[in-house]
Amino acid sequence: MVLKVFFPSCCATAESGLLIGRWIPEQNSAVVLAVVHFPFIPGQVKQYLSEVQRVTQIDMCVLGSWSNSKQEKEEVLDKFLEDLSTIFSHEPWIQLSKEGDSKFWSCCIFQKCPSSPKEDEFILVYYDQRKVMLSQLHPTDSLTTFADHKGNDASKLGAVFDTVAKSKVLFMTDRYDDGPIKLTHWQSEGVEASIIVELMKQASVPVCMLLTFLLSLVSSVCKSRVLKFWPLSFIWSKLSTCEQLGHRLEHLQIISSNRKAQNQTQLMRKANIFVSLLIDMTLGILLMSWLYRENRIGQLADTLIPVADHIAKELQDLLQWLMGVPAGLKMNRALDQVLGRFFLYHIHLWISYIHLMSPFIEMILWYVGLSACLGLTVALSILSDIIALLTFHIYCFYVYGARLYCLKIYGLSSLWRLFRGKKWNVLRQRVDSCSYDLDQLFIGTLLFTILLFLLPTTALYYLVFTLLRLLVVFVQGLIHLLVDLIDSLPLYSVILRLCRSYRLAASVKFRVLEQKPGKPLRLLMQINPLSYGSVVQTYRLTTYACYPKDSWSSLCKKLFVGELIYPWKHKEEKLD
Amino acid sequence: MEEGMYRAVCGGRIALQRRQYSASCREFSVRCPRLQLRSLSAATCSVWLAAYGLFVLSQNSMVLSAAIFITLIGLIVYLHFVKIDQESLLVIGSLGIQMTSSYASGKENTTFIEMSQVKDVVINEAIYMQKVIYYLCILLQDPQEPHGVSEVVPLFQKKAAAGKLLQFSLFPTRGCFVIEQSSCSWPSRKEKEPAFFIAPVGPEILADRNFEKNDQK
Repeated sequence: MVLKVFFPSCCATAESGLLIGRWIPEQNSAVVLAVVHFPFIPGQVKQYLSEVQRVTQIDMCVLGSWSNSKQEKEEVLDKFLEDLSTIFSHEPWIQLSKEGDSKFWSCCIFQKCPSSPKEDEFILVYYDQRKVMLSQLHPTDSLTTFADHKGNDASKLGAVFDTVAKSKVLFMTDRYDDGPIKLTHWQSEGVEASIIVELMKQASVPVCMLLTFLLSLVSSVCKSRVLKFWPLSFIWSKLSTCEQLGHRLEHLQIISSNRKAQNQTQLMRKANIFVSLLIDMTLGILLMSWLYRENRIGQLADTLIPVADHIAKELQDLLQWLMGVPAGLKMNRALDQVLGRFFLYHIHLWISYIHLMSPFIEMILWYVGLSACLGLTVALSILSDIIALLTFHIYCFYVYGARLYCLKIYGLSSLWRLFRGKKWNVLRQRVDSCSYDLDQLFIGTLLFTILLFLLPTTALYYLVFTLLRLLVVFVQGLIHLLVDLIDSLPLYSVILRLCRSYRLAASVKFRVLEQKPGKPLRLLMQINPLSYGSVVQTYRLTTYACYPKDSWSSLCKKLFVGELIYPWKHKEEKLD
Repeated sequence: MEEGMYRAVCGGRIALQRRQYSASCREFSVRCPRLQLRSLSAATCSVWLAAYGLFVLSQNSMVLSAAIFITLIGLIVYLHFVKIDQESLLVIGSLGIQMTSSYASGKENTTFIEMSQVKDVVINEAIYMQKVIYYLCILLQDPQEPHGVSEVVPLFQKKAAAGKLLQFSLFPTRGCFVIEQSSCSWPSRKEKEPAFFIAPVGPEILADRNFEKNDQK
């Protein structure tokens, strides 16, 4: 069987000593974590190892010996190293030795009862201890289920990464400590730490407490009964701004909770939410500073009324066109005039209301623009709501046209059945034949004819207003997609993949180093990072996704029948 | 280290290199000819001549700048995403199989499959245009079903080789062939054209050097 030894590249220049690490028997591989130097007392080494084992839950043991001699081989040292194998009994005992500056090491394996008579082959795999410890392996889906089913058949690489990651406590002792054991590992020159990170950790505790207190106040205000009365609760549910604000409030609550993240996924989630909020607020403040400079808000308010007037005028022209001979089609004069005048009066009312509000528009916009400091997403949601409010009359026209058309279609279908001598059976939910009286048939046919000949007029109005409504819905949908994108993009993970790509590992790659016949095979294990696409997919933040509720075919069917459509649906529960 | 020159399905010459590092570690690399200065100059000249012709017709200097941009960006995209320099397969017994494709711009795409995931290495056949061609692929283990196959990974996806049969013993526990089929084309499963295949065969076939077709699983 091939014996694999994972050796940290930082220990390649260490002085002679003992190799400690973990032996994985089912994969016949040894993961070396550190080198214990002479002089040491075997009893103390064993005690230290058992302590570390208790803390880290890894069965750590002495794997073998390591000799780094500057001169030629020393016979005395060899004998001494062989004697060590009797003190620390480990099966198999690995003996690595390096002579001078040679790149090629020799190794022997001592086994009390050799399992196979064949010569054992030896593979030496070098790994960067710091990178492997900090990285997190993201196996593909097949492998995660693999690991779940057969515990000890799990990925070999996963076991190696796991071992190194869990032995953090072993790497805390450096060579300047006064303990009885002298170790060499990646941190033995001194424990790495950053002052900024430590200061931020200390400062985050009171900030989190303050934030939690403020958030609890805000949420208690939001949940108060005053805001739950019927008109207000209806308005809150319709405005997308409130939804976005609620979403951000949840995010803030997640960040400011004082429970530490249990595992890597939760930590990345918190970091992603934090970075997303930060970027959002920065962009919002930039937008605000741009808006309030040079009185752009005043300019915006000044253009708003003329724009609304222009839209109303265009609608009036459209209705006049419909009342005439639209597209060469001949309309029913009387119905045409009735519908046209009805809608024109609506537009007239709408314009009067807008003109009534015009002195206050600037002030309202000024105060509403202040809320852009809460984030760019909030500003975009407000924009979407303003569009919805300004085009409210289009929505009303659409509803009137749709209802009229729907009634007409309903009546037509029912009278068509009467025309053919059939009836809709409500109990059985099917079409049954029915015998009608002569006067029923007469009136039914008359009404059917009237409705049929009035159909083109109603259908045209319905078509025009549905198209306008769909246009507005499309624009709103685009804005919501943008808001979702800002909400759900895991920026921290993407930046981590860019700068510290070893932290997000998809797999490993091996490089064959220089070989010499007779010496063991030397490989270098490097980390293969995740692709950007998988990073975004794995760490996407949950959002209230905005996606089309109906498929194309059901949408077309609804449009044909005249049902009111709400094409964008906001999910009630989070999209995980 | 052994090297041989073969002809790929598309007509170009490719070189196959086989190295044995130790008893359980082997590497196979397929190298394609480098980007020729001739073809590069020809492409650039033709694009710029066309752009100059358009400029003379339309008198708009934006055409020239657009041509320069297109050439540069097209060259970068070609070197980074399309032109493969070398594809290699590194087999480390009891660790796994690693496939690397290196592009002309230096980018390397590596995939590593652990030995525990590999169910089998087989020769697969497919129909390409009017010929039947054979290619090498690895069957991955399905975690739920011990007898199922979750994925079929064709090897040497970008280049194809043609040549004579080689005999090779790869894994100590079972004999394998590295077979390069002569004058046969390769399947294009989504533009992937694998080169050759390794099949686990019994020891009696190890001695047969003129073996042409093997569709054993």
